[in-house]
Amino acid sequence: MDLFDFENGREGYYGEYGGTFLPEILHTTIEQLKTEFRKAKQDPAFWQEFVSLMQSYSGRPTPVSPLPNLSAKLGGAQIYIKREDLNHTGSHKINNVMGQGLLVKRMGKSRVIAETGAGQHGYATATMAARFGFESKIYMGAVDVARQRPNVFWMENMGSEVVPVTDGQQTLKDAINECLRDWVTNMDNTHYVLGTACGPHPFPEMVSWFQSIIGHEAREQILTAAGKLPDRIYACVGGGSNAIGIFQGFMEDTEVELIGCEAGGFGPGQGNHAARLAYKDASVGVAQGMKTYFLQNDDGNMLETHSVAAGLDYIGVNPILVNLWEKNRVRFEAVTDQEVTEALKLSMRLEGVIPALESAHGFAQAIKEATQMQPNEVILINMSGRGDKDIFTIADALDDQHWKQFISEKAAGYRGGES
Amino acid sequence: MSLQHYLADCHEQLGDKNRRAMLMTHVVCGYPSFEDNWQALEVMQEFGVELVELQFPFSEPSADGPLFVKANQSAIDAGVHVADCFAFMRKVSNHFSFKVIMMGYYNTVFKTGSDSFLKQLKEAGGEAFILPDLPVDEAGELHSAAAQYGLDPILLMTPTNTDERLQQLANAARGFIYTVARKGVTGSSTDMNQDLAEFIKRCRQHTDLPLAVGFGVSKKSDIDFIGEHADIAVIGTAALQAWEQGGAVKLREFFTQLTQS
Ligand SMILES: Cc1ncc(COP(=O)(O)O)c(C=O)c1O
Repeated sequence: MDLFDFENGREGYYGEYGGTFLPEILHTTIEQLKTEFRKAKQDPAFWQEFVSLMQSYSGRPTPVSPLPNLSAKLGGAQIYIKREDLNHTGSHKINNVMGQGLLVKRMGKSRVIAETGAGQHGYATATMAARFGFESKIYMGAVDVARQRPNVFWMENMGSEVVPVTDGQQTLKDAINECLRDWVTNMDNTHYVLGTACGPHPFPEMVSWFQSIIGHEAREQILTAAGKLPDRIYACVGGGSNAIGIFQGFMEDTEVELIGCEAGGFGPGQGNHAARLAYKDASVGVAQGMKTYFLQNDDGNMLETHSVAAGLDYIGVNPILVNLWEKNRVRFEAVTDQEVTEALKLSMRLEGVIPALESAHGFAQAIKEATQMQPNEVILINMSGRGDKDIFTIADALDDQHWKQFISEKAAGYRGGES
Repeated sequence: MSLQHYLADCHEQLGDKNRRAMLMTHVVCGYPSFEDNWQALEVMQEFGVELVELQFPFSEPSADGPLFVKANQSAIDAGVHVADCFAFMRKVSNHFSFKVIMMGYYNTVFKTGSDSFLKQLKEAGGEAFILPDLPVDEAGELHSAAAQYGLDPILLMTPTNTDERLQQLANAARGFIYTVARKGVTGSSTDMNQDLAEFIKRCRQHTDLPLAVGFGVSKKSDIDFIGEHADIAVIGTAALQAWEQGGAVKLREFFTQLTQS
């Protein structure tokens, strides 16, 4: 199934979802981007350049690792993980960013802007900008700046300006609005490096294309490692880029079940979570450049969202995934904050891996289901990123006394230094 | 009377008003409150504005600058709903002589349902709607449905558009056209200069509809410039700033400097 074989006059639409909903002032800019992207996608040399850059700079291909201890403990399916955490900057976000960076060079632009939630996309963009010599500005909700400080530190030290966004809920969606405001002003020299498979066409297609590198690698690797295709693949879904990235490797394998794991936060109920499809609180709308499911009220105004994972704390969802969900190709489940913490503890203790809070949503759902499966069945989880960035949040969730003491002493030291 | 005819009549009367361009002003429904809105509209009426945009607050106003972002957010926080905006619009259109236009974001229309939205807009006495995040390519059905109700879609022309695109926009436009004086969001000021004059001329080549010029209009000389090159001056942020500084008194001062020679 070619996800991007659009019907006549429906370019950018996946069933009813997607489209290009932007102010007129960006029409020419987005048309140019579409043209450049088309050219790149049709040029095999471009993909080759992208792959070799990812090999030399980001350590691709990332491995697929078995989790034998966890599998044995659960007594069900054999669990494997795709190690996007081993990328440079620690998550899958770098795949999309380096790809767009190559496009920016082709377009001759000199400045990039990006929104970021968990900070992983901002961190990757800052890295790319430093490497390619672009000026860069990263917009980040003030709430996220506070909970993902380590990433802010690295972005700033790589030469990016990080702008805390204090409008709205002060999270990812507000950072996207701020990027759009920057872009309508500076489009002549600026490319907006959107970080997930959302927003106006061609972004969902473009981001999916770069992230498909995950799925292409993973299919071969799991066949070698497990001797068969996985029975189920789990990926967390914020905007939906790592999920569509790994799923694309298995679109034709209809026997492989694909499971998107959303942020269940505190559980069902408006304002408690960021589960657009797994819970029943979202409906179709048009915002942030696209038509898709949004957590919104009857007036079409967006609801508050909540997740322990900043990168999943978002009102909308990848239109491609919505279409696949309607066609029963992808199943959606929600995982609560509580379940995420448990899954994280288990992964660290039994396997010595530290999934990002986002990725831990995939782990948690897989752990729930693995026990019901047979030992000859195979599970593949996309470990979209590493948890180091979450050290403050995880330490709080685990109520880690040693860490708290360290931070208090460190703070006291800084205070002493000031006086 | 169609919006276009109304504007033609208003244009005739500009001499009596001693003004070179028609005026379209803007209020964000329910910000700071509907009572404030009403008083602001009374001042606008005193100065004989021809058109008023009532902005329906939206949670993601990505084409707006900081002041309107804050206004949208505060109105929503204060509990302003779409139904309240329509109720207010009906009161306004019954009471004042200027014509009223809905301004907002497409999701408000989409979520209400196009037909229900247009019906309510018509019943509330609205003449037209401006949806800056709905490109013409996506608007076909809404525009045909609007025609059934006699409502005009107001389209935006921008300096980045190609001539081919301007023609496409002109073909779909009714009522008047909103020309965006510069890149960026609402708010900061615009240089009324030769480039802008050239851009307006370029728009003019594609349409006979009246041309409104918006983004950053704040001074008498802006009005004169717009009167020379186009038809309608759009007053947005500057008026809200005046209101925030001192309510009706400051707003009256603002319009006085704007309209008197
Ligand atoms: C590690 C990690 N995984 C997942 C996500 C969610 O994004 P997406 O759904 O686009 O993969 C993020 C976003 O910040 C992230 O940092």
